[in-house]
Amino acid sequence: MSASADPSATNAVLVAPHTEIGAPVVRITALRKSFGELEVLKGIDLDVMRGEVVAVIGKSGSGKSTLLRCINGLEVFQQGSLVVDGKPLLHESALAMRELRQRVGMIFQSFNLFPHLSVGRNVMLAPRLVKKRKAEENEARARQLLERVGLAEKFDAMPDQLSGGQQQRVAIARALAMDPAVMLCDEITSALDPELVGEVLRVVESLAEEGMTLLMVTHEMGFARKVADRVIFMHQGRVHESGTPEAIFGAPQTPELKQFLSSLHD
Amino acid sequence: MVDFTLWDILRNLLLAARWTIVLSLVAFVGGGAVGLVLLVVRLGRNRIAESLIAGYVQVFQGTPLLMQLFLLYFGIALFGIDTSPWVAACLALTLYTSAYLTEIWRGCVDAVPRGQWEASASLALSFGQQLSHVVLPQALKIAVPPTVGFLVQVVKGTALASVIGFVELTKAGGMIANVTYEPLLVYGCVALIYFTICFPISLYAGVLERKLHVGQR
Amino acid sequence: MRVALDFWPVLIQWPLLLEGAAWTLGLTAVATLLGSAIGIACAWTRANGPWPLRAAAGVYVELIRNTPFIVQLFFVFFGLPAAGIKLTPLTASILAMTINLGAYATEIIRAGIISTPRGQIEAAESLALSRLQVFTHIVLPPALKRVWPALVSQIIIVMLGSAVCGQISMEELSHAANLIQSRNFRAFEAYILATLVYLVLAVLVRRLLYWAGPRFVFGR
Repeated sequence: MSASADPSATNAVLVAPHTEIGAPVVRITALRKSFGELEVLKGIDLDVMRGEVVAVIGKSGSGKSTLLRCINGLEVFQQGSLVVDGKPLLHESALAMRELRQRVGMIFQSFNLFPHLSVGRNVMLAPRLVKKRKAEENEARARQLLERVGLAEKFDAMPDQLSGGQQQRVAIARALAMDPAVMLCDEITSALDPELVGEVLRVVESLAEEGMTLLMVTHEMGFARKVADRVIFMHQGRVHESGTPEAIFGAPQTPELKQFLSSLHD
Repeated sequence: MVDFTLWDILRNLLLAARWTIVLSLVAFVGGGAVGLVLLVVRLGRNRIAESLIAGYVQVFQGTPLLMQLFLLYFGIALFGIDTSPWVAACLALTLYTSAYLTEIWRGCVDAVPRGQWEASASLALSFGQQLSHVVLPQALKIAVPPTVGFLVQVVKGTALASVIGFVELTKAGGMIANVTYEPLLVYGCVALIYFTICFPISLYAGVLERKLHVGQR
Repeated sequence: MRVALDFWPVLIQWPLLLEGAAWTLGLTAVATLLGSAIGIACAWTRANGPWPLRAAAGVYVELIRNTPFIVQLFFVFFGLPAAGIKLTPLTASILAMTINLGAYATEIIRAGIISTPRGQIEAAESLALSRLQVFTHIVLPPALKRVWPALVSQIIIVMLGSAVCGQISMEELSHAANLIQSRNFRAFEAYILATLVYLVLAVLVRRLLYWAGPRFVFGR
């Protein structure tokens, strides 16, 4: 893990995944998915290496959110295979699904905090139920993670007392508490007021610096450019173009990507 | 001929009203338990079970409770079991209540945003854990006012048990009206007793409903 | 053990069931028209009337909603004659059903009325419409449209509740079933078939009212 100037990195609490450095944490092969007649993913091949930060961009309806939701089994796909941190995704087996989901952290556009539980309990629920983590250990870890996202003092607050940006940071801490091998971020700043976007992105950025593997669907091109190791442009259910941020944003090859990028400036 | 004072009438009606309350509670608790089981089965996303339960609800909500009582009363007898009005009334009202409650509760579960299921599934919670730790606690909060409100329907529904000969408040009213020749007074008292039982429950359901809306703001 | 069901003796009595179903529908139709009229009048009173009327309407609604229909029916049929008002089973049934539906309709329609946007009423008043005109032309039609599903459900509840009217010898559907089983002692089969007819009626009446609402009641 690279040393970081970020002071918050001193209490880094990420747990190393099973996957070796330089090996793929997520391995997607020939993945196809349809909603009824409509095919939304038309054969996706994608490897995400350990420690890599991948940004997925594209128009709405290009299939990028669906792809993300396939990776932790929220959507069922018809063809292809998907392996996360050595665990294949098997829809038929509830046990295998739960194994896999323990390795995948998901952050949603609409936060989806549990409104009836305090911030601390939101973070502690899954480790207690799924990982059977002991109470003291669980609480210590939750406090540590909340501190990590800058919300140590909100442990006993209820979600509806927090701003959108704070709620999203709690959601990040909640996902981290399961020690995921990869974090999926589905347009996590789209529901936020503009002035709250920064605080969430800073947390994500610091995770990236600490070596967390990230796959994020985003509309924040500036952020993608700054943080991502690789950018993937999706168009009509396919990976249309991919490359380094410099290549994608600086020298787009396909007319579709050029059109997409220029539409952002309008 | 014996003279009946108003107190005689009232006292006898109140004694019979105990059975109205017992029958209501049995139906409400039994119906709640059956309704909860049906709800969980329904949420298990099994197509066949789902449409069976939808049919069950449709039948109990689309036919008269009186007919349901008759059917159980005569239906149990068909099996050669010597049935009492008490057993038939308890069973019929329990099934009737379960159909309504499971439907009310499903509406409450549906009102919990999909994102809550997705977030808890993403955290590797099992279906049972998603239900019991995340979805049901939220659904329960919105389910309380309509559930309390439905208790009024159950209490009123027990009056139909009089038709198959179960001696509760309404049946007792008929018997007393026959011997006193004071049907206006007796049925007036019967109505008043039902009102005394039901109106506070209605009021309470209303208060809960308003509280919930204030809390959501 | 074996349960022997024989529907044939009941089925050959189908004209009785049909006649009973017709009476059930007829009772429901009359109660719907009269009950809705009461509902609209009381809803208006509850929203705009002077306070004594408002209170009276409130007492009426709560009294009816918190007592069983069968007791209301018995009060009308057995009780009122003691006060010198003698009613046939038919008039007693219609009266009880109307009063019952009226109370529920009041609450349902009132909910529709109070959700009328203030601006609608102000706009109509500034066009010099009278209070009654504002109510009948501006407030009521969209209010009915909003609450139509709830009102239809309540009408069906009243129709199903009318099975009790057989207990005062009103010759409706449940009474027909009772008559049939007294002739051939096939009680379970008779009630099963009558119950099925009720189920069909409930579905048909719901369809009919959903169809009729936009065409004849509140406009599209």
